[in-house]
Amino acid sequence: MTPELLEEGARRAEKHRATLTAQGGRTESGGREAGFSRLHTPGEVDITHGRILYLEDVSVSFDGFKAINKLSLDIAPGELRCIIGPNGAGKTTMMDIITGKTRPDEGQVFFGSTIDLLRYKESEIAQMGIGRKFQKPTVFEQLSVFENLELALKTNKAVTASMFFRLDSAQSDRLLEVLHTINLGDSLSRLAGNLSHGQKQWLEIGMLLMQDPKLLLLDEPVAGMTDEETERTAELFLTLKGKHSLMVVEHDMSFINTISDIVTVLCDGSVLAQGTLAQVQADERVIEVYLGR
Amino acid sequence: MNTSLNTAAISLPAPAPLLSRTGWTAFLAALIVVCALAPVLNLLVPASSMFHLSDYGVGLIGRIMCYAICALAMDLIWGFTGILSLGHGLFFALGGYAMGMYLMRQIGTDGNYKSNLPDFMVFLDWKTLPWHWALSDSFIATLFLIIAVPGVVAFVFGYFAFRSRIKGVYFSIITQAMTFAAMLLFFRNETGFGGNNGFTDFKRILNIPIATPSMRMTLFVLTGLTLLGFFLLARWLISAKFGRVLQAVRDAETRVMFSGYNPLGYKLTIWTISAMMCGVAGALYVPQVGIINPSEMSPANSIEIAIWAAVGGRATLVGPILGAFIVSGAKSWLTVAYPEFWLYFLGLLFIGVTLFLPDGVVGLLKKLKGGSK
Repeated sequence: MTPELLEEGARRAEKHRATLTAQGGRTESGGREAGFSRLHTPGEVDITHGRILYLEDVSVSFDGFKAINKLSLDIAPGELRCIIGPNGAGKTTMMDIITGKTRPDEGQVFFGSTIDLLRYKESEIAQMGIGRKFQKPTVFEQLSVFENLELALKTNKAVTASMFFRLDSAQSDRLLEVLHTINLGDSLSRLAGNLSHGQKQWLEIGMLLMQDPKLLLLDEPVAGMTDEETERTAELFLTLKGKHSLMVVEHDMSFINTISDIVTVLCDGSVLAQGTLAQVQADERVIEVYLGR
Repeated sequence: MNTSLNTAAISLPAPAPLLSRTGWTAFLAALIVVCALAPVLNLLVPASSMFHLSDYGVGLIGRIMCYAICALAMDLIWGFTGILSLGHGLFFALGGYAMGMYLMRQIGTDGNYKSNLPDFMVFLDWKTLPWHWALSDSFIATLFLIIAVPGVVAFVFGYFAFRSRIKGVYFSIITQAMTFAAMLLFFRNETGFGGNNGFTDFKRILNIPIATPSMRMTLFVLTGLTLLGFFLLARWLISAKFGRVLQAVRDAETRVMFSGYNPLGYKLTIWTISAMMCGVAGALYVPQVGIINPSEMSPANSIEIAIWAAVGGRATLVGPILGAFIVSGAKSWLTVAYPEFWLYFLGLLFIGVTLFLPDGVVGLLKKLKGGSK
């Protein structure tokens, strides 16, 4: 790490702490400054260096095609980062790598400063606190809305624990709260397969919330939603920002305009440009890849 | 917060009971039929009466109840978890062979050669029992093996198959190959399982003669109780969150992984439980039919188990049990009345169910009930 990166990380950590305090929340250290010598708890996400997700020089190729090419990217705690890019830019592959579905050929992927994500399986990464929404809404179609949310609930997910699982009252409250957030309160016992496309998207987002993830990866969350649903989704994401970190891949520019701070443009498997939406839209290279010459 | 006001209006569904009221009534009725009605009609009602249940009938229903256990086991793995096994006949046969070895040892010196060894070993000129017959003298050990052998085979096979993420039709083909390979192995005389003749000519079980009406009825009642017990076990597994994870694996396995569940453990657990259930069915089957040979491992037998489940209705638990009764009942009648038409009938049945009854007989009944309202 270079000195600039260290300083930038310190700035971000400070900013994150300030947001949390402003929202009335407390940091993990109870609002105190981070000490310079801390005990490292295995499995706990260390964000004191101002990064919740850190990708460095990641490359992966499929049959000779470089889907991701020396990609370096990092996300600050509490940040809402939008990712855009033309088709085949590697957005979904990047999410596959972060969530353990695809192994990169080279490079490093860290969750916080200490957890090397390349060592873990999909289910372990999900349990650590990375939630993912797929491009095509993926819910359990033969189960009811309630059962879908119950399955996603953050709890012990071993086989025997599932055999004897009973929803306790705190968990019920949490479930009702999420149900209200995603506006599916009166569809509680409907089969998920019978929901409309937009409702399935909401249900999947609800399932992510039940997992209580620290980082949410959302692949085209508003595709197929009505304007009103899109607006509500934007509101929801803005309330999540701060407590959770979000990475949103989207094509809907007005949606991005509503929610984004920083937009990253991916092209041919690496970062082409980064900045506010206005900045990247004015960038020559971005115009070129989107419109062609 | 205002959200709490709104959420208070919605109440979460209570956990489903093991069986509904009607379910328990039907369960008790089945229990009475198996434990009281059938023994009375067979043993006490005179043969001349029209209510008499013939020995043939007892044998037939007893056998079909063993099939029904297999169909139930198939429903857990195929209907609920979406993994089609075409090798469940192997587990059935393994349980059967474990029981068969014990029954062979129970013959004692009453065999044709009056030897302490089973007849086929004398015929092969073997002087001592092979190592894998070591536990066959003990009934307790046999009970253990009936569950453990299919369980261990299924666990090892399943671990490697599921860990390699083998799915769908590939998994089905491999299970089919597995049972076929096992059949070829058991056909060989030197493996010590009686070659293509298998085991037969059983005389006693627990030193009690096996071919008496009361022993036949005891085995019948035991089979019925096992079927009912396994049904409750399956209901319990399915109504727990465990069962919903299985259905989730069936519908969207990647979502299951990204929700923090490792599907390997879930698939392996239900696969092994399913195999053990088939093993118990096989062990109950062998003393009732009096023979076990490698043809039980033939691919056709395993496919038939899948047909029972499909005909009855997948993912319903009751359906596959009904399916086993319908298909096997039709088989035993047709193969006597019109032997040459049985295979055509089976083929037509399978095509008919696939085309017109995707949810099987239970699906049809539900539709009729819904339509009449």
